Amino acid sequence: MAEKKKTCDLFDCGHRACGGCGAALAARLVTQTAGTETIVVNSTGCMEVFSTPYPETAWKVPWIHSLFENASAVASGVEAALKKQGRKEKILIMAGDGATFDIGMITISGAFERGHDFTYICYDNEAYMNTGIQRSGATPYDASTTTSPAGTCSFGNKRPKKDMPAILAAHGAPYVATASIAYPADLRQKVEKAINTPGPCYVQVHAPCCTGWGFEADQTIAIAKLAIETGLWVNFEMVDGTVTKVKKVVRKPVEEYLTTQKRFRHLFKPKRQDAELATIQAIADRNAEKFALDIKLKKE
Amino acid sequence: MMEITEGSHAVAEAVRLCRPQVVSAYPITPQTHIVEALAEFVANCQLDAEYITVENELSALSACIGASAAGSRTYSATTSQGLALMFEVCFNVAGMRLPIIMSIANRALGAPLSIWNDMQDSISLRDAGWLQFYAEDNQEATDLHFIAYKVAEDPAVQLPAFVCFDGFILSHTYEPVDMISQEDVDRFLPKFDPAEKLDAKDPISFGMYATPEYYLEFRYEMDQAQKRAKEVIAKAGKEFGALFNRDYSALVEGYRLDDAETAIVAMGSVCGTVKDAIDELREAGKKVGLLKIRVFRPFPSEEIAQALSKVKRVAVLDKNISLGAKGATVIEVRDAMYGSTIPVKGYVLGLGGRDIRKKDIREIVSLCEKGIGDQFYGLRKELI
Ligand SMILES: Cc1ncc(C[n+]2csc(CCOP(=O)(O)OP(=O)(O)O)c2C)c(N)n1
Ligand code: SF4
Ligand SMILES: [Mg+2]
Repeated sequence: MAEKKKTCDLFDCGHRACGGCGAALAARLVTQTAGTETIVVNSTGCMEVFSTPYPETAWKVPWIHSLFENASAVASGVEAALKKQGRKEKILIMAGDGATFDIGMITISGAFERGHDFTYICYDNEAYMNTGIQRSGATPYDASTTTSPAGTCSFGNKRPKKDMPAILAAHGAPYVATASIAYPADLRQKVEKAINTPGPCYVQVHAPCCTGWGFEADQTIAIAKLAIETGLWVNFEMVDGTVTKVKKVVRKPVEEYLTTQKRFRHLFKPKRQDAELATIQAIADRNAEKFALDIKLKKE
Repeated sequence: MMEITEGSHAVAEAVRLCRPQVVSAYPITPQTHIVEALAEFVANCQLDAEYITVENELSALSACIGASAAGSRTYSATTSQGLALMFEVCFNVAGMRLPIIMSIANRALGAPLSIWNDMQDSISLRDAGWLQFYAEDNQEATDLHFIAYKVAEDPAVQLPAFVCFDGFILSHTYEPVDMISQEDVDRFLPKFDPAEKLDAKDPISFGMYATPEYYLEFRYEMDQAQKRAKEVIAKAGKEFGALFNRDYSALVEGYRLDDAETAIVAMGSVCGTVKDAIDELREAGKKVGLLKIRVFRPFPSEEIAQALSKVKRVAVLDKNISLGAKGATVIEVRDAMYGSTIPVKGYVLGLGGRDIRKKDIREIVSLCEKGIGDQFYGLRKELI
């Protein structure tokens, strides 16, 4: 077990994440908000690996990692134990999109249905980064990954992102939200709400990955912003299954987001793929319609 | 207090008396009566525990991980397919040194699907780092739960344990069982108070990853803990014996073995049949004895080599098979007797619930006398 040393945050400096890692930033923001009276359950993935090479740990709150797929079940057990011992710590799950959308799906469904009191944070970097950028159920349409590579007869990932927030809202989760590392104040507010709402709550945090998406480390925040400004990522809140708050934007064309990342490069080079770009634009348009995203500018 | 009760209910009652704070399990035949009984205890406030009704076995044991790491005594039960689904979690529990106790109502593994008894399930997890106890009858199945918690939670051990008892043959059979009182259990089994747990007052990290510079030592430590468990089991078994007149200090137990020429080595409920067969063989003038293995992990190699040192031949019964090799027990018994000239023969039998009768034991003794072994026993020739 790890020793304590001088700390600079509850998620400490000195971890091994790539420079510019969105997930590491999410870990810092979330633990800052949650505070010391928190127990973190982490799934296998980048965050677990970059934070805990034995005998070092970046976590200044109690932390447990078990497997890739079972964080919600482990958290269920922690919650049961705390209840029996009359303890009051809050339980926070930190899990990647692969752990959440794919391999942990049964476990999450079970835990949300049972109604345990925990906050589930999915840091969504839109692929299995730890194992080398393979696609997940959260990978966006047409993104090139190592298991959905763009090629002479493929434009990359063939399916749009799974709607995980809707799935968990359908389980009766009292609070479901999406957030982005580009908007820390909003993210903090949502994490706080989730933690203070009894029952299983879910916050899906957009966490760009410079290594997996193919951009320079100093662009993480700018790219996360662009995802929202193009309508490809929507920041919203759902209370008891009803959308109560949406971040509205003056929408930019999706190309402004896509051209910043190598995972979409094949849509522009060697030649522009107009039909594919139109399909992605349509995804953003549908988001805009569903969530009434667009800020209507007054005509001069 | 002596009661005539079903094996599963006796086990559930023993678990209740151990006061687990968190129970998490998923129903599967022939384990179901245990988890139903525990749910009833909780519903009637006879057991002050959180009972987590998970959606599958992987989650059942995963929830136990969370609860145990948070400092609560924790219990689960399963068998066969359920245990197979827990494969990954089992290794994880042991690696994190969490003293979770899990009852295994031993059952065959599919395909073909079979709900009937053999020991393939728990034996297949012999490398996972769990202690493995095997019960001969329901009294032993019951008592071994008290022993298992005491040993698993001992700071010198800190490993999880399976308490295995044969599905249906024991789990669904009514036998007289002497149940010790709550007061007595509390005397024998102290409160669970782990040195390390998930606690905001003293934050530590559980389940970190280890580079090649560290991993080997983690495994070594676990193996050392298994070896230390031998002594801890002996001590706990003796203490139990002194308090309640049933001594479980021995990891292996001989029956009419002292002057035996042929020794049968077996685990679990079949030992009862073997003992009856031995009594009859003895009456017919044959010097046959039994060596019952109660603890399969840690494997009692020295004890076995010692106990079998004077016999002329050994017949090992395996209700499991490592396909393409041999039964797990015979492989390990032979290893324990390495260097000895005593012939050790293995017999794979009883798989998928095939009945093992006294006449089968007699037949195996005479095969062993002829030097015939290392084979399946009891095959229906017309089917192959
Ligand atoms: C049962 C199992 N299957 C596969 C793996 C290999 N594996 C480890 S992490 C990982 C991907 C993690 O993806 P995600 O949850 O999105 O986290 P990220 O690495 O992207 O942060 C995979 C496939 C594993 N550890 N366990
Ligand atoms: S690969 Fe991506 S998610 Fe993983 S540490 Fe690097 S930037 Fe972060
Ligand atoms: Mg990911």
